[in-house]
Amino acid sequence: MQRRYISIWFRHLLADWQLIRRPELKEVPFVFAAPDHGRMMVTSVSQLAAEHDITPGMSAADAKAICPGLEVLDDKVGRAGKLLKGLGEYCIRYAPIVAIDEFSMDGLMLEVSGCAHLWGGEREYLKEIVSRLKSKGYTVRLAIADTPGAAWAVSRFGKVTPLVASDGHVETLQLLPPEALRLEETTLSKLRKLGFYQIRSFIGMPRSVLRRRFGEAFLLRLAQALGTEEEVLQPLRQPVPFRERLASLEPIKTKTGIEIAITRLLEVLCKRLQTEGVGLRSGLLTAYRIDGKIVQIAIGTSGASHSVGHLFKLFELKIDQIKPALGIELFELEALKVDSLEVPQEILWNSKAGLNNKSILQLIDRVSGKLGAAAVRRYIPEAHYWPERSAGKARSLTELRLMNWNMDKPRPTELLPRPEVIQVMALTPDHPPKFFIYKGEQHQVVKADGPERIEREWWLDAGEHRDYYRVEDASGRRYWLYRSGHYGANQSFQWFIHGFFA
Amino acid sequence: MEAKLEILNKLRQDLLLWQGFKPAEGEAAQCVGLGEIEAAFPAGVFPRKAIHEFICATPDQTAATDGFIAGLLSVLMADGTGCVWISTARRLFPASLAAFNVEADRIIFVDVRNEREVLWVMEEALRCEGLAAVVAEVDSLSLVESRRLQLAAEEQGIPAMIIRKDPKRLVAGVSTARWKISPLPSSAEPGMPGVGFPRWRVELLKVRSGNPGCWTLEWEADRFLQVPEQKVFVQMVQRKFG
Repeated sequence: MQRRYISIWFRHLLADWQLIRRPELKEVPFVFAAPDHGRMMVTSVSQLAAEHDITPGMSAADAKAICPGLEVLDDKVGRAGKLLKGLGEYCIRYAPIVAIDEFSMDGLMLEVSGCAHLWGGEREYLKEIVSRLKSKGYTVRLAIADTPGAAWAVSRFGKVTPLVASDGHVETLQLLPPEALRLEETTLSKLRKLGFYQIRSFIGMPRSVLRRRFGEAFLLRLAQALGTEEEVLQPLRQPVPFRERLASLEPIKTKTGIEIAITRLLEVLCKRLQTEGVGLRSGLLTAYRIDGKIVQIAIGTSGASHSVGHLFKLFELKIDQIKPALGIELFELEALKVDSLEVPQEILWNSKAGLNNKSILQLIDRVSGKLGAAAVRRYIPEAHYWPERSAGKARSLTELRLMNWNMDKPRPTELLPRPEVIQVMALTPDHPPKFFIYKGEQHQVVKADGPERIEREWWLDAGEHRDYYRVEDASGRRYWLYRSGHYGANQSFQWFIHGFFA
Repeated sequence: MEAKLEILNKLRQDLLLWQGFKPAEGEAAQCVGLGEIEAAFPAGVFPRKAIHEFICATPDQTAATDGFIAGLLSVLMADGTGCVWISTARRLFPASLAAFNVEADRIIFVDVRNEREVLWVMEEALRCEGLAAVVAEVDSLSLVESRRLQLAAEEQGIPAMIIRKDPKRLVAGVSTARWKISPLPSSAEPGMPGVGFPRWRVELLKVRSGNPGCWTLEWEADRFLQVPEQKVFVQMVQRKFG
């Protein structure tokens, strides 16, 4: 396919940006200046200042002499780059590959091969971009051509039309000045000295002659403009291998519309994932709104999946978070993380065994998608006697337990998250309680087991050991009580209730 | 005489059908180890496509209910399937379930913030195939919500067990069975010290197309054991030295 490139030139990038922020400057000519060798030098000018023949590179004092009402503002290094980056991200809605114009730092380069027809032709496409950027407050000049170099040249110096027809760029370049080739100042002055005021006067010269006179860099720029040398754009956003875009004809505002968009994107993406034998682990849906805002929702799965139905359900839970405002014009679905898919062996009978079941995995995905991954827990036995630590959280649904659950000591089915203090009457030194008061109710202990001493794990925390008793009161209720610390006259000890037995 | 009995049984079966009770299809009706209690259910089968409500007024009743449910789960999960346990303020101690023959690592605990979320997760889980049971701790459950859960439970045939800790907020639902489990004094072997096997009074307050009743049940190492009423005797204070 014929490559097409657009060059966007922001004529007064910084000035326009300043005007958006401070509209009161509209009537005042102003310049940006930065200190250079002890002098304030003009770095960029507003439209009004340009009309007074003030150009970048002048000293601020000279500029003020030309135009007494001139406002001089401070320029910051890297501000233009930052602005261009933001504008470039905005322009991703027009083409996937957007690059900052590194040569002059006042424009963008878009590779738009196969994009223009979506807007109904190149003319409408250019019109759309110009009017959109204009409505934002930027005056721009655009050109579309077969090579980035030609597009750059026409956008800055073209006088006829911004639309360079396919294969027409060589002809168009003929009449442009040599500055249009993005050359160094030394080369340009040399060209001027030799009387080359238009590209056509040297374009037909033998390469060896040109190289001897102007060097290799000049030839490269010429070749890039003519298209004999490939020019690679550095895209602002590296294309992700699994990314699908869906532009909508009209802005989408309804939930149904968003659902349809997600399904369409998933269908294409899942097909690609399937052919490559991978599944999605985390996905990101980006919605570009008509007012320039970007809304994103992310999903994650516990296992690689390329099932449209399942992934759609995960997105469906979060559709409410997308605020369409005036409407969404572009959807982008991206698989941020993919994993190779374990293809399960086909089974004749649906065996129910285990948690590693597709439908359970999907259930977990839905639950953790809606309520957060922390809501879902699974416990495996851990090598700790300390009750609070005896059941550890499993990291995944498939993590196997390394040991069996300990069964030799009784454990209560209900464990209080924090042991509660009780009043106890017990014989010394290690008899079980005879009687205890919990929440104002008196319990007469009839049967008891214990004590079971559990020492603190000193390498984890410090404190007293616990002596646990399983007791049953007169009405048959069973409790797990413990005494913290040794029993002794000069020692402080306390009784706690820690759980309820079945 | 025998012919009469046959007719009578046939009539009973038909009556159940007319009442809307469908007998278990396909796989043979399995017992859940409840022994005599199962006779109280329609056609003598523990209803699986159903909501079982457990009423608990006090923490010790909740603990007993946990034990009883764990006993049921040990049978339901015997084929290696998993279970989902949903709650807002969970106090169930996973390490205790081993005593009831349940591998706690096959239970997925879902801890949520409010009851709305409990119901949402429960419905999703009931519609998921490959689970043995879904247990949820819910206090308030309206008729509409319970109806939704009942429909979801019928879809995959997964029993839904609801633990209700607040009997004040009890309203009529469509639950198939309503249980109340309360602890009873245990009895150790005569002459043995200490606390015996967990023993409960199991009250089946309500069961659709069945006969409510009251039983005394004990969990003996790995199965339920029904205790005849007269066997309950009071023991003296005894203790065991650890």
